Amino acid sequence: MPQLTRRHALGAAAATALTGLALGGLAQTAGATSDLGATGHEHPDGHAGHGGPQPFSETFQGRRIEGAPSHGDAHHGGYAVRIDGEELHVMRNADSTWVSVINHYETFTTPRAVARAAVIELQGARLVPLA
Amino acid sequence: MTVRKNQASLTAAEKRAFVDAVLELKRTGRYDAFVTTHNGFIMSDTDNGDRVGHRSPSFLPWHRRFLIQFEQALQEIDPAVALPYWDWTVDRTVASSLWAPDFLGGTGRARDGQVAEGPFAVSGGRWPVTVTVDGRGFLRRALGSGVPQLPTRSEVDSVLAMPTYDTAPWNSASDGFRNHLEGWRGANLHNRVHVWVGGQMATGASPNDPVFWMHHAFIDRLWAQWQARHPRSTYLPTARTRNVVGLDDVMRPWNDVTPADMLDHTRYYTYDTMA
Repeated sequence: MPQLTRRHALGAAAATALTGLALGGLAQTAGATSDLGATGHEHPDGHAGHGGPQPFSETFQGRRIEGAPSHGDAHHGGYAVRIDGEELHVMRNADSTWVSVINHYETFTTPRAVARAAVIELQGARLVPLA
Repeated sequence: MTVRKNQASLTAAEKRAFVDAVLELKRTGRYDAFVTTHNGFIMSDTDNGDRVGHRSPSFLPWHRRFLIQFEQALQEIDPAVALPYWDWTVDRTVASSLWAPDFLGGTGRARDGQVAEGPFAVSGGRWPVTVTVDGRGFLRRALGSGVPQLPTRSEVDSVLAMPTYDTAPWNSASDGFRNHLEGWRGANLHNRVHVWVGGQMATGASPNDPVFWMHHAFIDRLWAQWQARHPRSTYLPTARTRNVVGLDDVMRPWNDVTPADMLDHTRYYTYDTMA
């Protein structure tokens, strides 16, 4: 069986999300959905200079992913992401893109995209906090 | 004197000696301390806060010192061992001898990404992955999956041509050689290689994969090549700068070494060739 690549999987996910949002009348652009950045089009979050991204909560590939502003800790970019209740260490870059400890050398336009990428990378494994 | 060689030119005996020393370091628990240190810096280095190991000018001297420390630990086990470097502009496919079972083993299997052959396969019992954020105790890779192509020689040359070491704001948004080499801007060299390998190499705990050292030895050699091409350029910033390690400031975690101390690698090792 050929291995499903992260980009392909996320492209499919982004396409699904866009379809869902189109039903709600919110989709504006459905361009290059093969790129992770496409998930940024689904919701007006993660843009520079307009405050932090909005909260999200959804089930993605069977995992509960959640994100919310976290005012207590500016170190994480003022935002916390959880997968099935366990915190995923995320960080905001100077250009307002995001990385996580699971995908640390690749940038994503939103915390939701970074959470989805982590779910794909985890392949069902549980997040374990580092001591 | 330590001579770092291209991994592609190592003899079978040299490969075996390197692998054996790495496995011994793992057995004693010292290896995992390097993984822990690296992940700690990955998580604490931020663009708008204190930053030492990554996304900052000291990315290069910090990793130079980190690799020297690792190499010295290997040499306590086998004094003949030196860190090899991986020139990913040349050895850029999964068919490279780097990934053969007598060296690092290949890519992960489809089901779970597990590296199932070679000395670092979990089935051999000598490479448990313990410093991890997800509880999976085996080495994983997905060569060429996260991004299809490794950087090319012409991409490397375009970055080596940049005359300025680094620029304000001294982080992932900077222009200049350091940030283009690190990969947050432009052609994306160092970061892209981590993504290309996949598995633990794409995470903050990337030194779990022994290829980490060979990747960074090549990045380190590119720094030396840049210095040779730009003899009038130097490490920046030279002055005290908030949240950033200046030329004469000490670097955590050692606190007894500065970027200035790391500028001349020939005090510690040489490369088989600098061309």
